[in-house]
Amino acid sequence: MTPPTAQTQRPIEAVTGNQAVAYAMKQINPDVVAAYPITPQTDVVQNFAEYVADGVVKANFVTVESEHSAMSACIGSASSGARTMTATSSAGFALMWEMVYIAASMRAPIVMTTVNRALSGPINIHCDHSDTMGGRDAGWVQIYNEDAQEAYDATIMGFPIAEHPDVRLPLMNMYDGFIISGAIGPLQSLTDEEVQQFVGQAPGYPSLLDFDNHVTFGPFDGLHGWYFEHKVNQQRAMDNALAVIQDVYDRFAALSGRRYQHLMQYRMEDADIAIVVIGSAAGNARSVADKLRAEGVKAGVIKVRTFRPFPAAQYAKALAGVKAVGIMDRADSFGAAGGPLYMDVTSALYQQGVYTKAANFIYGLGGRDIFPHNIEEAFRVLQKAAEGGDLPKSRVYLNMKGA
Amino acid sequence: MATRLAPKELVTRGDRLSGGHRLCAGCGASIVVRNVLKGAKDHPLVVGCATGCLEVSTTIYPYTAWKDAYIHTAFENAAATISGAEAAFQSLKKQGKVSKDCKFVAFGGDGGTYDIGIQSLSGALERGHDFVYVCYDNGAYMNTGFQRSGATPLGAWTTTTPNGKVDLGKRQNRKNLTAICAAHNIPYVAQASVHNFRDLIAKAETAFETEGPAVLVVLSPCPRGWRSDPSQSVEMARQMVQSCYWPLYEIIDGRYVINYDPKAKKIPVLDWMKAQGRFGHLFKAGGEDILQRLQENVDREWQRLQALAQLGAVETPAGA
Repeated sequence: MTPPTAQTQRPIEAVTGNQAVAYAMKQINPDVVAAYPITPQTDVVQNFAEYVADGVVKANFVTVESEHSAMSACIGSASSGARTMTATSSAGFALMWEMVYIAASMRAPIVMTTVNRALSGPINIHCDHSDTMGGRDAGWVQIYNEDAQEAYDATIMGFPIAEHPDVRLPLMNMYDGFIISGAIGPLQSLTDEEVQQFVGQAPGYPSLLDFDNHVTFGPFDGLHGWYFEHKVNQQRAMDNALAVIQDVYDRFAALSGRRYQHLMQYRMEDADIAIVVIGSAAGNARSVADKLRAEGVKAGVIKVRTFRPFPAAQYAKALAGVKAVGIMDRADSFGAAGGPLYMDVTSALYQQGVYTKAANFIYGLGGRDIFPHNIEEAFRVLQKAAEGGDLPKSRVYLNMKGA
Repeated sequence: MATRLAPKELVTRGDRLSGGHRLCAGCGASIVVRNVLKGAKDHPLVVGCATGCLEVSTTIYPYTAWKDAYIHTAFENAAATISGAEAAFQSLKKQGKVSKDCKFVAFGGDGGTYDIGIQSLSGALERGHDFVYVCYDNGAYMNTGFQRSGATPLGAWTTTTPNGKVDLGKRQNRKNLTAICAAHNIPYVAQASVHNFRDLIAKAETAFETEGPAVLVVLSPCPRGWRSDPSQSVEMARQMVQSCYWPLYEIIDGRYVINYDPKAKKIPVLDWMKAQGRFGHLFKAGGEDILQRLQENVDREWQRLQALAQLGAVETPAGA
């Protein structure tokens, strides 16, 4: 086992998020990749196509005619016992929607990168989380990443989680479109051998290509059969996934020195106010927390990493001593009590009997910039509440024009 | 060109779809499946299926009528799903992880093929996966209760082309799926019918032996949707072929081969339409024009097909 200090000796490369993920896919060396290009995921597919053209990967690269067919082919492939990967964004994710649910119900351990981009309409190519937030109930493990390094790491951790016999669920990695997918950042990669050793061999499960043991995949369960129980099993797999994911995070830390938790806490030990945030905005949130700390304000940040399964008890524990929490959503859930992350975090608090004051900040829709002063504005709202004031009950929009 | 197989040999090939499935009496779909699978000889098979009558009737959990590996995922994507399985097989075979060779086949009705599934089928054909796609064509969305499809003939009653005060059944002509598939420049496309087992099995055999994509479009009666006598399904199919409404032919590397020419025995479409309640309204006052157009369409298409067969190679060669 490589010692945890090894990361300091590894060279740092400058790559885009998409290059990092395509490189991770090359190192994993899956059996099949079926994908359709879409901005801002495109270079993942293009870079992987170059690996295929150069013969440095073994994957059968299926250049499908749509994302619906991409996910359909992935299910056919994964059901044949092949390690199967794909990547998409936004409208592409929306087009494969039907199959995203079916992949999970068929327990196909597919690993998919979804580069976050706003859903149409109006059509917009920039980042927000409306695409994958809409897929949060689909039955996939969902892991949000802050930067290229995290996206690379999560890709490599994908199969050990998805294929684990206690889980057997598809897994989705997300990172912010353009901000991470297209911008250059630092990457410390593992060697091919390290990746191969970490990913290991896929455990055996029923396969279409096991001709001594014919299996019927995807039968009709609409005549008062076992549909309900199948759905319960999916939730049980999600329950199991929480421990399996942390175990894989820990194994990965032993290899790379990079330690991950379901939620990444920053200066939360004695925090009075806290921001919960997903993805690339977490860096700004931490720097604002530092600024406030210098002023004597006890500010902290929780970065969401594992989003499905949602580690509800861990959120309640982390926020139990906090006087006011601001939950930042880069997507809305129209007509609901708040954005999707807000609803999950507040439900988690209520479920665990923690009644921390909570506000919902909506930001960054369609790639709208989120500046440090916008996050500071959110912290100031929380600061007033921590001093005894009330929090706004409805959504607070950050950096909205005309506001 | 499909060879004529000896009946003695055919009966020795076992059924790969077991009885006890819940398809209706007189349904063509199970006849299509049983005969097509005989064409796979002893090869291991992976079967894909689109959502539809065949799927819901043969895999009622926890039962299955399929003796081979089988996968259904959704309605519009049987071709994409089987293409993923085939891609997995090619990858694993290259790596030496699977030892046996196998064949891939996907079944879909005309809904899952002509309409909602045509994009997925077109993509899989163009990519050149080594698989057989079989459309059992009963001319409407029968599974959801007889709604029109791109395969529904002109003038036919369906629940979405009802006979009203203004409309007399479907206003439009049907698509030519066989021609659409042939336009993909794939090595093998054939039309077959449930009434001619030997022809169907021989074509299936050719399709399975073809390297690359092959398509079979098979006429498959539906007594419920056609409003016809279940005991007459096979006889109706025979007449439909004899009228040249449903010619039996193959397109082998772009070359058209007609497998059955009734010549002087060609019958008018009226002969079989009367036995199908879905056309009943056309035999009342006002239906004459549609009946005439239907016959004209059949005659024109038959002439066109004969001309294509005479030309030999008419399509652009595959790969051009």
